[in-house]
Amino acid sequence: MGRITLEGVRKSFASHLIIKGADLDIDDGSFVVFVGPSGCGKTTLLRLIAGLEDVSEGRILIDGANVVGVPPSKRGLSMVFQSYALYPHMSVRGNIAFGLKMAGLPKAEIDRKVEAAAATLNLTPYLDRKPRELSGGQRQRVAIGRAIVREPKAFLFDEPLSNLDAALRVQMRLEVTRLQRQLGTTAVYVTHDQVEAMTMADRIVVLNAGRIEQYGSPLELYERPANIFVAGFIGSPRMNFIADEAARRYGAATIGVRPEHIKASRDGEGWEGLVTDAEHLGSDTFLHVDIAGIGNLTARSIGEIGLSAGDRARLLPDPAHIHRFDENGKALHA
Amino acid sequence: MATEQTRGLGRLLITPAVAALFIWMIVPLVMTIYFSTLDYNLLNPGTEAFVGLENYFYFLTDPAFLASLQNTLVLVGSVLAITVIIGTLVALLLDQAVIGRSIVRLMVIAPFFVMPTVSALVWKNLLMHPVSGLFAWIATSLGLRPIDWFAEAPLFAIILIVAWQWLPFATLILLTALQSLDEEQKEAAEMDGAGAFSTFFHITLPHLARPITVVILIETIFLLTVFAEIYVTTGGGPGLQTTNIAFLIYSQALIQFDVGTASAGGLVAVVLANIVAFFLVRIVGRNLET
Repeated sequence: MGRITLEGVRKSFASHLIIKGADLDIDDGSFVVFVGPSGCGKTTLLRLIAGLEDVSEGRILIDGANVVGVPPSKRGLSMVFQSYALYPHMSVRGNIAFGLKMAGLPKAEIDRKVEAAAATLNLTPYLDRKPRELSGGQRQRVAIGRAIVREPKAFLFDEPLSNLDAALRVQMRLEVTRLQRQLGTTAVYVTHDQVEAMTMADRIVVLNAGRIEQYGSPLELYERPANIFVAGFIGSPRMNFIADEAARRYGAATIGVRPEHIKASRDGEGWEGLVTDAEHLGSDTFLHVDIAGIGNLTARSIGEIGLSAGDRARLLPDPAHIHRFDENGKALHA
Repeated sequence: MATEQTRGLGRLLITPAVAALFIWMIVPLVMTIYFSTLDYNLLNPGTEAFVGLENYFYFLTDPAFLASLQNTLVLVGSVLAITVIIGTLVALLLDQAVIGRSIVRLMVIAPFFVMPTVSALVWKNLLMHPVSGLFAWIATSLGLRPIDWFAEAPLFAIILIVAWQWLPFATLILLTALQSLDEEQKEAAEMDGAGAFSTFFHITLPHLARPITVVILIETIFLLTVFAEIYVTTGGGPGLQTTNIAFLIYSQALIQFDVGTASAGGLVAVVLANIVAFFLVRIVGRNLET
């Protein structure tokens, strides 16, 4: 079991309020990702759940029991750190076994569990090596091994993939999700990378300046963002926002259209403008078009459509995918 | 230093420095070796004569030699043990966030800046003096008999003084090492359920292995030659109780005026220092690799 509930959690450092009241219910076995820009409090929130920081106000419940004031090791959680935080003088075996040793398990049982964890993570040939003799991906796996061997109620991941190169990150992303599904253990994962968030999460928590902006499944966030912040944060390239005159026609203070929901053509319908930049990726083309009275919009087209910087283009937003926001940035639903 | 030419030029350019260092070292050494083979006493100038290895024989068979060798080893070993153990504890304390930490740190480091003769005098006259010393005052106000340190436990008194001087050095090196310990590692240990003692023995102490090695090696070099503290306080006595090798050589040369035997003693000390260094590097030097 690993159900984590946050009730009105606040955290301040000195007089500075970092977490401004978080309410959250993380279901047993789900994979929840905290995502947000730097300094939004996502890591702090994770550390509060871990018990590495004390909450200033509110309650944190694990399986219904209040854990505020309970030391980290007694919460039944395990954590994978950004720097991996492997013990440099211990072998891989020693690193994975450390938590079990501290728990006072008999040696035979420790050995059995360590071997099993190592086998799951393909670390068996490296058990007697020191961390410094391992590659980045292997170290990452040792850190994960240290987390899974204790059979915790939940895993906490603090930006674990940010030190890996791009190719390895994609691979580890898959491995982590697969492992989590296989073990069925609750996972809370912090990242600033929205691609990681979208691909790994069952549910995403979008944080901004210490507040939870929205909590929902990846597609929910993509299709029905609760406000301008979430709309702009989820999706790449960013959603286009149009204010004033054009927005009022739709009965909103601001409207948002994702680049992939704008049809670009040389001479069709829609707003006319000058292509300032064109990014040709082969599979996609990103056009940045300057439109008088509206501003600079980004449009995404599949493949090549024969437009380059300096051309005139016409952009037609898909009316079914226009997001409307009121003057406070809240989404307006029809 | 890739090409033949730059390598040659490099050698040429370091030659003066190497030559100066070589002369600096080799001339005194050769002179000492030369003196050690002479019957050379300052009381009878002009009567020097070659005596071969006789000086070595006299020095090594002198009962004072074994006594002072033992004193040297006890002194070095005790001071090392005290400074490393207490130094680690003080460093752990100073690593905590406490109010006025910077001032406390400065005060802890201060003894290192006091010159050995001064600190020895302070200890002798202000702290350990059996009549007017602070320790005597504490003892009498508790109704105890004051200890006459330099008469009853002379070597221990010297060890205390020298350890007090070297404690800041150990503390400073170990403190900087502690500050370089990754915070996330301690947190990982905390999540793994390690308490304060387990964290210290499994995480902190292994992290300190290398700086402790450095402290031991550097301190040993200086502790083998402790002199001022002994000269100022006990003068090697009572009897031979606080005479170490360095003080023995001094007494041969400048109390008995026997330069020949003192030179022989100096060379014996060089050999002994090398033996100690050899074992030390074998035992603890492993930590410096990688």
